[in-house]
Amino acid sequence: MADLIARSPAQGLVPVEIGGAKLTEAPMVPIWAVAPYAGKAAALSAALEKAHGLPFPEPGALLSKGSTRLAWAGMEMAFLMGTAPDEKLADHAALTEQSDGWTHLVLEGPAARDVLARWVPVDLSPSACPPGAARRTLVGHMGALILHPGGDRFEILVFRSMAGTAVHEMTRAMRAVAARAAL
Amino acid sequence: MQIPCPLCGPRDIREFTYKGHATYLDRPAEDAAPEAWHAYLHLRDNPAGATRDLWYHGAGCTAWLVVERDTATHAVTGARLAREVKHAG
Ligand SMILES: [Zn+2]
Repeated sequence: MADLIARSPAQGLVPVEIGGAKLTEAPMVPIWAVAPYAGKAAALSAALEKAHGLPFPEPGALLSKGSTRLAWAGMEMAFLMGTAPDEKLADHAALTEQSDGWTHLVLEGPAARDVLARWVPVDLSPSACPPGAARRTLVGHMGALILHPGGDRFEILVFRSMAGTAVHEMTRAMRAVAARAAL
Repeated sequence: MQIPCPLCGPRDIREFTYKGHATYLDRPAEDAAPEAWHAYLHLRDNPAGATRDLWYHGAGCTAWLVVERDTATHAVTGARLAREVKHAG
C-alpha cells in the first residue's frame, strides 16, 4: 500500500512576506457548513448556543469562543470552525463537512488592508469592517470568505483548487503596495 | 453601480448576475393557457423609467433579489429578498 502524504492546500506556496504584509496559511481545522432547515433557525441558534456557546451569527458576523468560531457564510449558512458540530445540531440543520475544501490564508500587517483593496470590492476599512466581521465577496474573480478577527489580521478562504491563484494574486498586490510605499 | 443587498449591504455590481424582469416570480399554474406561458416567457415591457428585476448575489450571500431601478437615470432605489417579495404575494 502506498503511503499518502497529507499536505495543506497552500503548502509550499507560503509564507510570503513583502513590505508591510505577510501571507501565511492557517492551521487546518475542522470546517462544517451549518444550514438551518426551513423554520428551524431559532431552534438551531439555541442548540448552537447550548452545545458550542455561540448563537447563529447575524449576517456579516464572525463569532469566537476559545478555539471555536462561527462565521456567517451566506444566506442561512454559517461555517463552524475549529470543532466538529454537536450531533444534536442535526435535528435542526444540514451539516456538511468542508474541512479539506478550503484554502485558508492569513494576511496580516500594516499594509494588509491596502493589499486587499487591490482585489476585493467591499470596504474593509475599520469603520465598515470592524473586528468580528465575515464578508462573503470576491478576491479578483474568486469567490471568497474573508474573516476579520481584529487588528490588522484578515483571513481569506477560497476553494482549495484556487490556492495557487490566490497566493499569486495576493503576492502581486503585496509587491505593488510595497513598491508604491517605497516611492 | 452598487446594489444594496438586504443581507450584505451595498455591494459592487461585479458580485451580481442579472436574470431579467421580476415577472419571473409570477410563474403560471401548470395547467395555465399557452398564452399565459407565452407571456411569462417572452413578453416584456421596455420601460424608460422605473423597473424591477431579478439579480443573483452569487459572489455574496447567494440570495436572489428583486432590485428596483430606473432605466433612464440608472438610479438603484431599493432591493428586497426575492422570496420575501414572493411570499408577500
Ligand atoms: Zn447579499
